Amino acid sequence: MNATEPLMRVRGICKQFPGTIALDNVSLDIWPGEIHAICGENGAGKSTLMNILSGALAPDKGEIFFAGKPINFHNPRDAQRYGISIVHQELSLCPHLSVAENIFMGRLPRLFGNRIDYKRMEEETVTVLNRFHTHIDPRKRVMDLNVSQQQLIEIAKALTMNCRILILDEPTSALTESEAQNLFVILEELRKNGIAILYISHRLKEIFQISQRVTVLRDGRYVATRLIKDLTPDDIVTLMVGRELNNIYPDRGFPSSDVLLEVKDLTRAGVYTGISFRLYRGEILGIFGLMGAGRTEMARGLCCIDVVDNGEVFLLGRKLSLSNTRSAIDNGLVYVPEDRKNLGLFLTMSVSANVVAANLRAVSYLGMVVPENEKNYSQEMVRRLSVKYKSLQQPVSSLSGGNQQKVLLAKWLAVKPKVIVLDEPTRGVDVGAKSEIHHILRQMANEGYGIIVISSELPEILGLCNRILVMHEGRLVAELAASDATEEKVMWYASGRAS
Amino acid sequence: MNIMEKSETNISSSRKIKFKPFKTLFSIREASLATIILITATAMTFLTPGFMTRSNILTTLIGLSMDGIITVAMTIVLVMGGIDLGVGSVLAFASVLAGVLAIKVGLNIWLAVFITLLASVSAGSLVGYFVTRIGLSPFITTLGMMSIARGLAYVLTKGSPLSLGVISPAFDYIGQGSFLGIPNLILILILLVLIFDFLMRRSAVFRQIYYVGSNEKAARLSGINVDRIKFGVYVLSALLSGLAGILTLARFGVATPTAGVGAELRAIAGAVIGGASLSGGEGTIIGALLGVILVALVNDALILLNVSVYWQSLVTGIVLIAAVTIDMLAHHRRTS
Repeated sequence: MNATEPLMRVRGICKQFPGTIALDNVSLDIWPGEIHAICGENGAGKSTLMNILSGALAPDKGEIFFAGKPINFHNPRDAQRYGISIVHQELSLCPHLSVAENIFMGRLPRLFGNRIDYKRMEEETVTVLNRFHTHIDPRKRVMDLNVSQQQLIEIAKALTMNCRILILDEPTSALTESEAQNLFVILEELRKNGIAILYISHRLKEIFQISQRVTVLRDGRYVATRLIKDLTPDDIVTLMVGRELNNIYPDRGFPSSDVLLEVKDLTRAGVYTGISFRLYRGEILGIFGLMGAGRTEMARGLCCIDVVDNGEVFLLGRKLSLSNTRSAIDNGLVYVPEDRKNLGLFLTMSVSANVVAANLRAVSYLGMVVPENEKNYSQEMVRRLSVKYKSLQQPVSSLSGGNQQKVLLAKWLAVKPKVIVLDEPTRGVDVGAKSEIHHILRQMANEGYGIIVISSELPEILGLCNRILVMHEGRLVAELAASDATEEKVMWYASGRAS
Repeated sequence: MNIMEKSETNISSSRKIKFKPFKTLFSIREASLATIILITATAMTFLTPGFMTRSNILTTLIGLSMDGIITVAMTIVLVMGGIDLGVGSVLAFASVLAGVLAIKVGLNIWLAVFITLLASVSAGSLVGYFVTRIGLSPFITTLGMMSIARGLAYVLTKGSPLSLGVISPAFDYIGQGSFLGIPNLILILILLVLIFDFLMRRSAVFRQIYYVGSNEKAARLSGINVDRIKFGVYVLSALLSGLAGILTLARFGVATPTAGVGAELRAIAGAVIGGASLSGGEGTIIGALLGVILVALVNDALILLNVSVYWQSLVTGIVLIAAVTIDMLAHHRRTS
């Protein structure tokens, strides 16, 4: 780093969304010619910050300086003009168009006013791709390339826009080991040319391999920026999690030794391997893992929704036929999805219609839904879960996030399940409703229902659960009793430190 | 305090199917449509002497009865989140097939009707198969069926209408007679509307159509057999279209290969004016019927006011966009 002042200064950035504070007074310096890692748990604010830096979001408060001058991005185009480009985890390319057309998206070179200058476009594409020592045909359709090549195209696109700061969001989550190493070679070259690279990742091994500095965020706040050479991976973990656990969680109840669910060797090629565990009556079992660990995929396989290559699931001793969702639900094993809007709720339909959706049989007689039964049933369920609503007929889309989550829970409770697997049940839910949901889950566990909670929130996992399973890259790497678990330990396993 | 047990004992499980009057279930959309229709009718009564006559009302109603049956079918398909562009063509195909079987082949008319209904079910099954098993989009599949059915109608009649003559007084009675002073076609339409509106509101199986249309992924996760619902709805749609075709034959006594042209667009317009959304999950049969009546009413008004018949398509389009825009502005809803 030979520059005398930072390329970009970020001061006091605050950003709030309804119900959550995403960023709270975050400040940061970015120097040219460095690879600067950004670390933090899910929800720490990394993506929000990057979206602000790349112009996709406007901060509520705070200032940004570029090369000493204050700036105000109104949209991503503004940021691109300054040379700030972002490559998202889900690549934003147009799959049906060619490599060259994607690289010059929105800036197609013109010939005589309105005709596209294909020749120049292809030449410049080839020039920029040569920097990566790859020979991708500029006319090839992007959908015919593999993920690692597509990612290269996105980076190439950034370079053609005179990129000075390149932001990469979890770039290696979709790459193989050797493709990742290729990427690192390219990044190092870019760095040597004076480009600053912001690298969001939770893979400590990579961060230590390629970056010079690391900034840690926690709960939307800035924690620290350190030189990588001054730290160990354990230090970073401590910085990511060090916080006090507030005692707002219900008591941990009385787990018994009755086995409700037994999972043996559940495997799906390339996604998760050899998952085996037991669920006991009375306990809340937590599953923790970072992005890419395979928790949701494993849960969906377990609940007979997605295809499984190998393994067995026994519910109360009875073997389930995998991939038969209706049968699993009828036997009492249900999965409450993470993405409640897209996968769980029927937004256009009423609260009561949502509550009875999985169990119409219970409110019907001779195949006809009895409105009185539906009304009574849904009324009971929403009362039990303290859902705040105006009328049972109101569309569920008009409820708040927390109440929507409760309606979703009510739908599955109405089926009278034996085991419920909840995927991020309190994501996007305000603190009050969160606590209510925790108490409801604990109550259900005490009444004998098997509860599995998948969560990325360490305090939630540690406060709520009796036992914690940790997944890393598709494997179960640890099983901890709540009494033995600390945030550092869990994160340590989840980051792959044990391997 | 037990979450699950208490909910069992406290809920009274009613064993009877209480039949509540539909009026209490009317949504705002249906009520406002009914109001608009009443206002328009009242205005017309004052503007033209010919409007509020028995013959005008009956003619208008008979005229919309076939479109009405098609609209019932289309509404159910739209609620499911799909679309059936072939309804008008299946109507023509059925009308022609029944006619050809009765006249050219010499079959008993009721046997011809039975075979035609089977053929309609087959057409629907074909669409259902391609949509659920092969995975083609409903738009493309039913567009294909639209051309195929229409083409078959032309082939069977070699392009010109086929007169039925006097085949069966009973058959003619259904299409042209009245019962208690009300034309049979209108009675049949009302019957179908009542049956299917009831089913859509109350049947557990038909309720699943709403779930599938509202959020197919969530429906699957809730244990609903999405493929079976889709297949069944396309079969039902073709069956109703076939029925409409047979009734058209009964009404006119002539098998016309050009029957039902444009019916699918009128049906979509009627359903959407009545509250259905192209993205699925919403819509009622009663609402769709009111939508069809409104458009027919406005067209009738124009005829009585000596406006040229060529304006009718234009009118359908304007009423459709007006209704949907008003709804969008009033509720900030999206139509698709």
